[in-house]
Amino acid sequence: MSTSTSLGWVSTTLEGTPNPEAPNPQLPIVQKLRVRYAKRGRLRFTSHRDFGRAFERAVRRAKVPIGYSSGFTPHPKISYANAAPTGAASEAEFLEIGLTRECDPDAVREGLDAALPPGLDIVAVVPATPGTFADRLEASRWCIEIPGATGLEDAATGFLAAPAVTVERMTKRGLRDIDVRGAVDTLVVHGDRVDVVVRSMIPTVRPDDVVGALRQFGAVVSGATIATRIEQGPLVDGVVVDPLT
Amino acid sequence: MSVESLFPRLEPVLPQVSKPIQYVGGELNATLKDWDAVTVRWALMYPDAYEVGLPNQGVQILYEILNERDWILAERTYAVFPDMEQVMRDHEIPQFTVDGHRPVKAFDLLGVSFSTELGYTNLLTALDLAGIALHAVDRGDDDPIVLVGGHASFNPEPVADFIDAAVLGDGEEIVLAISDIVREFREEGSPGGRHELLRRLAATGGIYVPQFYEVDYDAEGFIEAIVVNEPSAPERVAKHTLMDLDSWPYPKTPLVPLAETVHERYSVEIFRGCTRGCRFCQAGMITRPVRERSLQGIGEMVANGLEQSGLDEVGLLSLSSADHSEIGELATQLADRYEGTNTSLSLPSTRVDAFNISLANEFSRNGRRSGLTFAPEGGSERLRRVINKMVSEEDLIRTVAAAYSHGWRQVKLYFMCGLPTETDEDVLQIGELAKRVIDTGREASGRKDIRCTVSIGGFVPKPHTPFQWAAQLDHETTDERLRKLRASVQSDKKYGKAIGFRYHDGKPGIVEGLLSRGDRRVGKVIEAVWRDGGRFDGWSEHFSYDRWATMAERALADEPVDLAWYTTRERGAEEILPWDHLDSGLDKDWLWEDWQDALADDPVEVEDCRWTPCFDCGVCPSMDTDIQMGPTGQKLLPLSVV
Repeated sequence: MSTSTSLGWVSTTLEGTPNPEAPNPQLPIVQKLRVRYAKRGRLRFTSHRDFGRAFERAVRRAKVPIGYSSGFTPHPKISYANAAPTGAASEAEFLEIGLTRECDPDAVREGLDAALPPGLDIVAVVPATPGTFADRLEASRWCIEIPGATGLEDAATGFLAAPAVTVERMTKRGLRDIDVRGAVDTLVVHGDRVDVVVRSMIPTVRPDDVVGALRQFGAVVSGATIATRIEQGPLVDGVVVDPLT
Repeated sequence: MSVESLFPRLEPVLPQVSKPIQYVGGELNATLKDWDAVTVRWALMYPDAYEVGLPNQGVQILYEILNERDWILAERTYAVFPDMEQVMRDHEIPQFTVDGHRPVKAFDLLGVSFSTELGYTNLLTALDLAGIALHAVDRGDDDPIVLVGGHASFNPEPVADFIDAAVLGDGEEIVLAISDIVREFREEGSPGGRHELLRRLAATGGIYVPQFYEVDYDAEGFIEAIVVNEPSAPERVAKHTLMDLDSWPYPKTPLVPLAETVHERYSVEIFRGCTRGCRFCQAGMITRPVRERSLQGIGEMVANGLEQSGLDEVGLLSLSSADHSEIGELATQLADRYEGTNTSLSLPSTRVDAFNISLANEFSRNGRRSGLTFAPEGGSERLRRVINKMVSEEDLIRTVAAAYSHGWRQVKLYFMCGLPTETDEDVLQIGELAKRVIDTGREASGRKDIRCTVSIGGFVPKPHTPFQWAAQLDHETTDERLRKLRASVQSDKKYGKAIGFRYHDGKPGIVEGLLSRGDRRVGKVIEAVWRDGGRFDGWSEHFSYDRWATMAERALADEPVDLAWYTTRERGAEEILPWDHLDSGLDKDWLWEDWQDALADDPVEVEDCRWTPCFDCGVCPSMDTDIQMGPTGQKLLPLSVV
């Protein structure tokens, strides 16, 4: 009933062997740009994979001259760093793109932002500086809103006084113990809001883990929480600063 | 009165459910209109999960056509997964649209597209969550008109109690006509309420309102008569046929979701209809005649669709894509136009012949060669004559040899099991064919690593086809035949790993058969299954044959009919079929003759009316339509470089 021939004009043949007769259409990378983007409002429910597909399509719609990897299945040159979990909003997500033609970063920012749905917003685009970008993302500042929570202040005091606070989380490798206290640099409570600076570690300590840790110290959390990553970058004197400057 | 968004109530519960993005909306090219600025409001539903429903062409086309009118608003809603259903019940959140998160009950019309009957229980979930009475007769003036379309609506009798109306055929023009009727009715102040609106819809002659028809049964359970009880409703309800596809280039702005869906490509329908005349194929029978989109029209849609969506794959859709009168030119010219852009092209649904191999080579120019799928459908040549799919074994082998010698390594073959007159021997022939394919492939390519995958689906007789009278094969015999086939192939070490099998057991096919050819009494079974927890029957992890069998027994206990009566029973020439008052244009006498031709000792084949004289199936004269096809002889110009 269906003859499905899903075939691309890409220089490959079956079974991973390069097709020597095919022209290689992939051009060299001449410019690398770093992109800061935000995940806002209802689109905080976008998963990392969802965002990746949307971004690749936006690149094509905006006609950004993205480079492709050569080889068996060419992929656009996009590298992601430290994506926020599904359900968390973020003002500070980052990726890097490789282009085959020099472009004005501001024009790229405008083009990509227009091609993405509102809620996935391109905040800034700058030329890449030398060095591994992921290394600059030392820590994140999160704002966690916990409407209706009680006992947060006391829980914070107890949490900060403890040498280590472990929560369990299901990861791809099974149930793991994660030391939340070790990753937290500062934690301040303002009413039903928690401002917390979390250092980037493996495995990543997420906002949910912080809330879980506070519950161990008597915080009562009933409703849904909304976490927003406000900033992500180098940790300078206890403050997370913009990694693009 | 304005309608509030339910999103603020939804947002706090979304972290509790799987894949929350599917309930959020916000797709590229989605339209959100001011509720109070329009007079007619449609909620369009695809009754399956978002990941299956979003790419549906029918819904996307109607969504766009309706929203283009400044006085109409259309939003979309999909079946929610069971975890979400529970959360919605716990928090009293009604069925909502993903565009404006508005409650479905607030709309004027709920249009549901049924590609398959296995979505019926999902309709009941949506109605119940929406707070709309399950039974049409219990609905009031404030409830939406529940209207169904899609291929399954050519026999909507099993859901007749749950729907207000059904539309047969192409939806583009009729949704606008319906919107006009609703607007006029509202502007007059809705005189006569719901009944009057339904009466006006029925009076068009092209909208089926089940409650205006009474079905009487005789003591043995056969239909005695289908009687019209509303003077303005037609004796037979006609299907709708869209002519001149070039003037309807939809979807122009395809919806591009954030969530992952089953098809991640821009699809262009290159023609509608098929007259190959395969006797099992409902789609080919009910979508006649063939209407082609021109080469130029396709080129424009592809260019615009890629630009609007940012997608990198194009699918050229139809029921038999290689039959387009200019498919060769189209393949070459699209390949030229998009060379070096990392854009790929796919051509689903093509027939077996050597020409298609050169076509596939053209599509895959410089490209990846994954696999080719052919659908001989019947294992033996005799059986292929019965189903009027005229592919000789020699043709198939020649084609396969050409494919393997051009560097293709994997061939998939699609067959059906349970076709009329089929014997064990016919099914065992599938294995023999697969073995010959491997032998041929090994010889043509000079390699050992040739593979052939055999996929087998159970045949389900469908309304408005020559096989609508056929007995469906019981699931025990289906499973037994497939077991014998598997054993016969696996016993030969020479082919062991080279031939793979993919098939399902026969049970889901029996339920599909019940829903396909059922009458109004089957509605009680659907409702009982749904009340017992039946959901997502098209999903093997949710489907339960035992539940359907038990509920059928219980719900039909007082009737002289049962599950077997609806499925494995052959129908007679004089029997009134539940869909006889629904007019697909096909002449019932012609269908019966074609059925008899299939059963003849030497089955009679039917040609394709695109290339041979009309064989009087009845569609064109009764529907006032005609074949529309090329070639146009035009060329696609290269796109200017931006």
